[in-house]
Amino acid sequence: MLNPDSVGRTFAGAGSIAVTQSEIDAFASVIGESDTSVAPPTFSIRATLDQSEAILSDPQVGLDWSRVVHGDQKFEIFTPIKAGDVFTCSSTIETYRVAAGNEIVTVRSDLKAGGVVALSSWSTLVVRA
Amino acid sequence: MINVGTVIPERSFTINRALLKSYADASGDQNPIHQDEAFALSVGLPNVIAHGMLTMALVGKFVTDWAGGAQKVQTFGARFIKPVIVPADTDVDLTVTGTVTAIEDGRISIELSATSAGIKVLGMAKATVSK
Repeated sequence: MLNPDSVGRTFAGAGSIAVTQSEIDAFASVIGESDTSVAPPTFSIRATLDQSEAILSDPQVGLDWSRVVHGDQKFEIFTPIKAGDVFTCSSTIETYRVAAGNEIVTVRSDLKAGGVVALSSWSTLVVRA
Repeated sequence: MINVGTVIPERSFTINRALLKSYADASGDQNPIHQDEAFALSVGLPNVIAHGMLTMALVGKFVTDWAGGAQKVQTFGARFIKPVIVPADTDVDLTVTGTVTAIEDGRISIELSATSAGIKVLGMAKATVSK
């Protein structure tokens, strides 16, 4: 079960995330996008994957990744991501409830450059009973 | 001319196991439910399923092509209501349409629909793009 004390808390990712052109190119290629001057709108999921997984599986949060299903996803993009961008990532456990034994967690992740939020994303994760 | 009610023409994307492998490598999401049929069946799924985020990435491509580039996209969200099921050696479709629902302050709101094999796979799929 998720640690209820983690709800409402924000956890900082370790270190920074540097976006490379080859990561953008690989992601764009899968969806047939040839313009890689900016990243596709869902690319940040690639950039934040390692850090948000590490944050959520930290024992003080306690999310069980092996049973997670992605419920919904939203992005708010303030500044499009480009190669060479360097971000810090933080994740906030915004809401948590249990329904029919399933845990439903909403996590907001912010990518910041120079203290300014470039992109926020919200993931609803369902931990199956 | 873009108005409220303008329909973005339907477009079909092809999803197969090779695409799931490419997306897994490009996204870093190597969850075996998207690649390993025996594993997918063992956890109660009907077959290998596409990454929800791959479905969303393809719908994102539909939006950016219409809007004139990824830099136009301000918000994009969807609910994953049904999996896209991807049997071995099979091409499955992801069919996408969109409708303009609002135009205000230089922003265009779009409601999106995505189906695979006739089944709606995304709910509440919406984007806003700058004009």
